[in-house]
Amino acid sequence: MALPPEAAGHAAQSSALGGATRKSGERVESVVIRFAGDSGDGMQLAGMQFTAESALAGNDIATLPDFPAEIRAPAGTIAGVSGFQINFSSDEVFTAGDEPNVLVAMNPAALKANIDDMPPNGVIIIDREAFTEANLKRAGYTSNPLTDHSLDKYQVIQVDVTKLTTRALHDSGLNNRAVFRCRNMFVLGMISWLYQRPIESTIKWLEGRFKRTPELLNANLKALKAGYNYGETTELFTSSYEVPAARIVPGTYRNITGNSATALGFVAAAVKAGRPLFLGSYPITPASDVLHELAGYKNFPVYTFQAEDEIAGVSAAVGAAFGGAIGVTTTSGPGMNLKAEAIGLAVKTELPIVITDIQRAGPSTGMPTKPEQADLLMAMYGRHGESPLPIIAAATPADCFDCAYEAVRIAVKYMTPVILLTDGQLANGAEPWLLPDVNKLPEIKVNFRTDPEGFMPYIRDPETLSRPWAIPGTPGLEHRIGGLSSEDLTGNVSYSPANNELMVRTRARKIAGIAREIPPCQIFGDETGGPLVVVGWGSTFGSIREAVKQLREKGKRVSHIHLRYLNPLPSDLAEKLRRFEKVMVAEMNMGQLLKLIRAEYLIDAIGCNKIQGRPFKVSELTNRITRALEG
Amino acid sequence: MATALTRKDFVSDQEVRWCPGCGDYAILAQVQKVMPEFGIPRENIVFISGIGCSSRFPYYMNTYGFHTIHGRAPAIATGLKVTRPELDVWVVTGDGDGLSIGGNHLIHCLRRNVDLKILLFNNRIYGLTKGQYSPTSEVGKITKSTPAGSVDYPFNPITVALGAHASFVCRTVDVEQKHLGDMLKRAHAHRGASYIEILQNCNIFNDGAFNELSDKQIKADYQLVLEHGKPLIFGKNRNKGIRMNGQRAEVVELGNGITEKDLVVHDETNLALAFMLANFEPPLPTPIGVFYAVERPTFEEAVNKQLEEAKAKQGPGDLQSLLNRGDTWVVN
Ligand code: SF4
Repeated sequence: MALPPEAAGHAAQSSALGGATRKSGERVESVVIRFAGDSGDGMQLAGMQFTAESALAGNDIATLPDFPAEIRAPAGTIAGVSGFQINFSSDEVFTAGDEPNVLVAMNPAALKANIDDMPPNGVIIIDREAFTEANLKRAGYTSNPLTDHSLDKYQVIQVDVTKLTTRALHDSGLNNRAVFRCRNMFVLGMISWLYQRPIESTIKWLEGRFKRTPELLNANLKALKAGYNYGETTELFTSSYEVPAARIVPGTYRNITGNSATALGFVAAAVKAGRPLFLGSYPITPASDVLHELAGYKNFPVYTFQAEDEIAGVSAAVGAAFGGAIGVTTTSGPGMNLKAEAIGLAVKTELPIVITDIQRAGPSTGMPTKPEQADLLMAMYGRHGESPLPIIAAATPADCFDCAYEAVRIAVKYMTPVILLTDGQLANGAEPWLLPDVNKLPEIKVNFRTDPEGFMPYIRDPETLSRPWAIPGTPGLEHRIGGLSSEDLTGNVSYSPANNELMVRTRARKIAGIAREIPPCQIFGDETGGPLVVVGWGSTFGSIREAVKQLREKGKRVSHIHLRYLNPLPSDLAEKLRRFEKVMVAEMNMGQLLKLIRAEYLIDAIGCNKIQGRPFKVSELTNRITRALEG
Repeated sequence: MATALTRKDFVSDQEVRWCPGCGDYAILAQVQKVMPEFGIPRENIVFISGIGCSSRFPYYMNTYGFHTIHGRAPAIATGLKVTRPELDVWVVTGDGDGLSIGGNHLIHCLRRNVDLKILLFNNRIYGLTKGQYSPTSEVGKITKSTPAGSVDYPFNPITVALGAHASFVCRTVDVEQKHLGDMLKRAHAHRGASYIEILQNCNIFNDGAFNELSDKQIKADYQLVLEHGKPLIFGKNRNKGIRMNGQRAEVVELGNGITEKDLVVHDETNLALAFMLANFEPPLPTPIGVFYAVERPTFEEAVNKQLEEAKAKQGPGDLQSLLNRGDTWVVN
């Protein structure tokens, strides 16, 4: 994960290309590039391929795609701009980087949408021909930034991307439109040369993608190579740069997005449990990719059910769990609201399902493609009645695998629905993933009850307090469960006041008891305490860790505690927080974990909040932390 | 062993708590009576319900049962049936549960043709919440929530199901025990979503809603019993029939030159005919029986077939190679 440029503090600082002097193959430690263009310009693909190349080059990486909110925004407008940022480094990377060293802007709208994020002296590579009067107008420019000196503080490199691509493909037989769509490969080739990335993986990928359309394959390959050669032969870039391989834990790696990791975590858990996986889901941004991915794993077996609505998605998962499958559902905030009643049913009937909320900026439709962390309290309390359930949140794209797996493990062990929280940033962001050895994954034991002797639906395991998983088809265990308040042990409908309280408290004790197996909190920083600890959860992990690391390098005494388990909270959390004079909770909401910590522990914590549909920048956090340390 | 089961084996130890005189009792009794005839071991039978008076049903059946949440039983049953196709899954719902709050799940499970036996108890009222009008209540209905009469145009439960292209659609009446039993058996024999609208008397909040169809004195003149391949004849003396007059159905009296040959012959596979019958209004009689029955692939068959095909083609899933897929690189 990402070490942003200012952290590198060396070469990266002085030149946006990553190095101060123009020597050939100069070494730089860390670079942040943002590819931006119109939705149709293929910038996501270019970014993803550049990521793959960088991973193969041995760098640590983190990425942040930025999708346009509107799929069919008019071409050339700000609303239609799609971006992809990658931070690659020879050091450990925690975030996709605050500010790009290099911005590739395929049209005026892409420039306008991103220019505010560029540092002075940052490099901006633009396609000169895209800056036509019409395009400038669509982007809302009243004068041409290429000539009006508004870009003087940046290094602007104008490349005739369109013309050069067209020239390279003059004999391809493709029409203008198809040629135009190869511009992303020209740019990818050029940037690949600039940072000495091997393009073999992209060539292989193109061969797979255009297997059935040789003319498109040839055109894309030509454009890619033309871009690469252009970088080498032209004088525009006086040097190429080299970002050496990072020191990473040995093993086999692949790149993975959070949504992919979530899908794989579920498959792995189901395989380990020896049960089929059932996903009931309704398409919603940014969760749909989990459905798409799982739909390809039928042979495991994985059932994917595209339900008629969000409620049916979770309800079908409950039904599948009743029958002994690993039932999961995936959604984002608006869908969570709709699922609440069925989740309550799973709480009451104590059936194991996992509900994944890939959080996005709300309320209501909000900003569907942008991340936020404002569903924590809904996950905690967003059901009627007393209905506690475990909540786990993933910190990084690859961590989504472990968290999805862990969510299933807990659900099955404790016979409870579990909420897994990720967000739009994790969902689409990618990082290298150290492939786990499946034999070393934690055990997931499914013990279906088969013995009718002494069976009762709500008889409990004395240690975990979980009830038996007694699935239809088992002779002698015929029984009825339901949402109505039920008698201890027998599960028969009961309106007894004392029994109701007993059952409510027992279920709450069951969930609270999970804390026994939650690993102790790790303090990054001052183990024995100090002036300030920053507490975070979810995708803010990278930014917080990086900010704390930078400040500690400057001698500031700030520490970091990251929480993966949000309910129950780790049992040593309160004691560890009390080692610090100040507790700051940094989150992308108005202070939801903050409220929990204050309410649970009566600790006078302070908040550090951002609700912009964008992750914290490291610099924002270092500023806030510095002020807190001073104040 | 399974065939040795009797009605009693399906009676649970729970006290039945419907109002005395409620039509639900008759339905429960008939379901418990026909169950042994199916020869299915009790442990393989599951009753799933939503919320409402009818939805208490699973508690009274000595099988697996799941009393779920309002309107969602079809969705929950779909998740179960798809992953456990060998189970015999029944859904018990009502006019409020199935056609109002859960209307969406009902139509989608019908169009998908999930092999569920769906019993929709239609009493044209909300009983559990003590007497509000339901989506099948007639216009002008005076209830607690409509003191000036309901202005909602009602659903016709049969045309709703036909509109969703349900593969088996029938109607019966709570007190018509033999007919009810026959319909249960037909529905059970059908592969695919089987939809039974059971006209059920709520003697507390909507007593006599289906009097014409249940009153022994008069019902023969109001009820048209549908039988596949047979002419549409009804009446106490079986002397009335349905004839087409142009594109409209009319009641005719047999005799005076009108014979059975002039009458419409019921065809369960004719969707247009089913729609026409479902829309019968006085003076036309109310049809009961099977409106529509066709075979088409069931949802869970199709889904599981894809799983089997994937397995045959790709082999059983290998987790490690799945995780290691795509571009990988080794760091030493
Ligand atoms: S309210 Fe009506 S439907 Fe409900 S149990 Fe009583 S009589 Fe039956």
